Amino acid sequence: MLLEVRDLHVEFRTRDGVAKAVNGVNYSVDEGETLAVLGESGSGKSVTAQAVMGILDVPPGRIAGGEILFKGRDLLTMKEEERRKVRGADMAMIFQDALSSLNPVLSVGAQLGEMYEVHRGMSRKDAKAKAVELMDRVKIPAARQRVGDYPHQFSGGMRQRIMIAMALALEPSLIIADEPTTALDVTVQAQVMDLLAELRRELNMGLILITHDLGVVADVADKIAVMYAGRIVEAAPVHEIYAAPAHPYTRGLLDSIPRLDQKGQELYAIKGLPPNLLAIPPGCAFNPRCPMARALCRTEVPPLAQVGPDRASACFFWKECLGG
Amino acid sequence: MPEPEHPAYDPLQPGQGEAIAPTGQGGPMDLALDEAESLEKTLGDQPSGPREKARSLWSDAWRQLRRNPVFIISSLMILFLVVIAIWPQLIASGDPLQCDLSKSQQGSAPGHPFGYDTQGCDVYTRTVYGARASITVGVCATLGAALLGSVLGGLAGFFGGWGDALLSRVADIFFGIPVVLGGLVFLSVVTSTTVWPVVGFIVLLGWPQIARIGRGSVITAKQNDYVQAARALGAGNGRMLLRHVAPNAVAPVIVVATIALGTYIALEATLSFLGVGLRPPTVSWGIDISNAASQIRNAPHMLLWPAGALSLTVLAFIMLGDAVRDALDPKLR
Amino acid sequence: MGRYVIRRLLQMIPVFIGSTFLIFFMVYALGDPVAALFGDKAPDPATAARIRRDLYLDRPLWQQYLHYMGQIFQGDFGTAFNGQPVTELMASAFPVTLRLTVVAIFFEIVIGITLGVVSGLRRGRSVDTTVLVLTLVVISVPTFVTGYLLQYLFGVKWGWVRPTVSPDAPFNQLILPGIVLALVSLAYVTRLSRTSIAENVKADYVRTAVAKGLPRRRVVTRHLLRNSLIPVVTFIGTDIGALMGGAIVTERIFNIHGVGYQLYQGILRNNSPTVVGFVTILVIVFLVANLLVDLLYAVLDPRIRYA
Repeated sequence: MLLEVRDLHVEFRTRDGVAKAVNGVNYSVDEGETLAVLGESGSGKSVTAQAVMGILDVPPGRIAGGEILFKGRDLLTMKEEERRKVRGADMAMIFQDALSSLNPVLSVGAQLGEMYEVHRGMSRKDAKAKAVELMDRVKIPAARQRVGDYPHQFSGGMRQRIMIAMALALEPSLIIADEPTTALDVTVQAQVMDLLAELRRELNMGLILITHDLGVVADVADKIAVMYAGRIVEAAPVHEIYAAPAHPYTRGLLDSIPRLDQKGQELYAIKGLPPNLLAIPPGCAFNPRCPMARALCRTEVPPLAQVGPDRASACFFWKECLGG
Repeated sequence: MPEPEHPAYDPLQPGQGEAIAPTGQGGPMDLALDEAESLEKTLGDQPSGPREKARSLWSDAWRQLRRNPVFIISSLMILFLVVIAIWPQLIASGDPLQCDLSKSQQGSAPGHPFGYDTQGCDVYTRTVYGARASITVGVCATLGAALLGSVLGGLAGFFGGWGDALLSRVADIFFGIPVVLGGLVFLSVVTSTTVWPVVGFIVLLGWPQIARIGRGSVITAKQNDYVQAARALGAGNGRMLLRHVAPNAVAPVIVVATIALGTYIALEATLSFLGVGLRPPTVSWGIDISNAASQIRNAPHMLLWPAGALSLTVLAFIMLGDAVRDALDPKLR
Repeated sequence: MGRYVIRRLLQMIPVFIGSTFLIFFMVYALGDPVAALFGDKAPDPATAARIRRDLYLDRPLWQQYLHYMGQIFQGDFGTAFNGQPVTELMASAFPVTLRLTVVAIFFEIVIGITLGVVSGLRRGRSVDTTVLVLTLVVISVPTFVTGYLLQYLFGVKWGWVRPTVSPDAPFNQLILPGIVLALVSLAYVTRLSRTSIAENVKADYVRTAVAKGLPRRRVVTRHLLRNSLIPVVTFIGTDIGALMGGAIVTERIFNIHGVGYQLYQGILRNNSPTVVGFVTILVIVFLVANLLVDLLYAVLDPRIRYA
């Protein structure tokens, strides 16, 4: 297994108490595999990814427990210097907003070349040549002329390509893409997503795709993990989830996608708001918003139980959910 | 001054880790939320919209201030100074102008804890009475500069156009004159012994700074969606400015003015020290420090007491300004 | 870039005229330059009238101003109270104040930025709190108080430095006065760099730099510092003019014969040419410093350069 996250707990200290952002997450990604992590803002999907990358803000953040095994070694017990060498080189991240994630005062060439200078000890000149190569690879036109330009001189789509190029620079085995297309125009979204998927196939990398966009997931992902209030509530191969969700939250997500065949009908929305992480409801965190909630849901936390060969659900009534 | 503990994580603050923010933005799942938000914005033309926002900013700020020890200490100090400035007799029974040359530069004596200055005046009494001049100049100059600056800056920022351009150039002209230098030139031709020329001068050179801040914050407030919405719905200029823009633009002006108050007091003392600020018989720390400076080798106590009082006063106002800024500017929390 | 420079230069002209006219107005219209020439004696009316005519003082103020500026641009700054040409005073005073300012700026940059960066990176820790309290104290104590205190302690009590500066004012004697002059600005530089660093530490691009696996040192120096110091550079640039003007107090304390000293003498003796001449030069210095800051800003921040 390329990456295995085991029982990860992350907390944030806030003015008003401790916010439990991640509460025992388990997931894994293999080489060449794409895992989509789905969830609303505040579900802990990005925090989990940041913990994997080791770029969590500590403090206020704190990893309260668990293991993150990368190629069999626990990243959390590794020395920082060792971990740094993994970061960027063997495991890279693509961020949502490329404009703010790229350094505004350095040319894109310098920012791309930096990867080779730091991790491969190349000279600045060689690194710049590599930067041009990279830009060609992510299909930025006139790469040679534009290598000295600054991030603000590129369009949103081009900037995100540069982010992708930066992540791919050293051909890592794992890429984490945190909402890579959310900040882009709809027309550009598909291009960028296709490019990412294509490069992933070419290099046979593992990909963790963090998103709240179910439309993107269906085309790209092999399996899905749905997160709610810092927990995984359902994990399954992508086609099985679309066929029949085994958790009422997943069902709610699927039902809220606009569909052409139901034109004219009112769009479904999950009622209520995501939980306050300072005071997660007792029992199943989703119970206040769940149409199927019973007394049991308000007292007991449902475990993530095996419900099929590759499938798990954290709902006591998953059978009901699957059936209906 | 921010609290000395770790900066606490604020779940409502963007950028610190959107992933755990309890309210989401964007995406099909947050439709309900987005809608609520945009509804709030379109309703902005009703006075309750922006006013409520402003009110919650103020009540938030007040809640934070009350818990901030820096604020409590500095406001107690300022309260004390103001009381002393109005009724110095409360803690000093003597007369600051009644001096006895035979006691020139003597150290502390019973009933005269700070000793005597060169003229044989009681340093304690003079230090207490000195508060009045400093506080008067500081408060009046700040009020004047803040009023003039925020009105001019606010109007320029709101209406833009040639008036705005003119104001910016005029402000540049005043910025081009070094303050102490301008004070020397301007005040050396004035012969009045009251505090008003000094106040007038500080207002004259101080307003552009506040105008610049006020202009900037009005422009920012003007671009808020609910203000645009109010404009689209045909709200008049006066109503827009007073109801929607001003309440949201006033916070930065207050912050800058509070900090400026401290620096104005220091400026008055500096001018008095150079002999062009306040003049005797006004009792001023700056004058006393100036007189004591040449005697520092023989009688350092003459310098230390008024200098200490002056520094503490300036410190109190700057601390207050810092605390207010931390409370009003969520970005800096 | 070239057009930007030209535009900024053109913008400087009205500011220059406005500032110098304002000073000119204060000195010539509010004061009485002729009476000042005679000191305490009552001037002979006929002589006074002749001097007025010679100095264009009987013309409207704007004509006087134009006449004065015309002469300045021919290098004639008039005569000081002791009969020396003002230009001679300038030639002796400006190098001294320039040296003093250089010393002050040096300390501002080295100590101010270092302290600011250190406390900004350790926000909330004891180092940070200490630095914050110290800067507050430094800002609160007026320069003339710290000046006398440090002079007394270092110059008189412990005898580490000369309490006053000799007329040729070499660099080594200007260290203490330079620190005194710099102190308040130094505290501002510290606080400004601290805030700027603390804000930028949370920026997305810093997170990216960490995610790239760059060593912490490189993240700080190459990514964080360059962005954070842009506002600091701006402040220091505009401070050059303020420091030269603010040197009056410091020069008086340490008896340094620089710009502030000459100006102070000029004002005390009501010598208008000295005052207006020195102030005009200071305004030019201030404007040029501001222009340089703007250009430097454009160099540091490419977003401005191409705007």
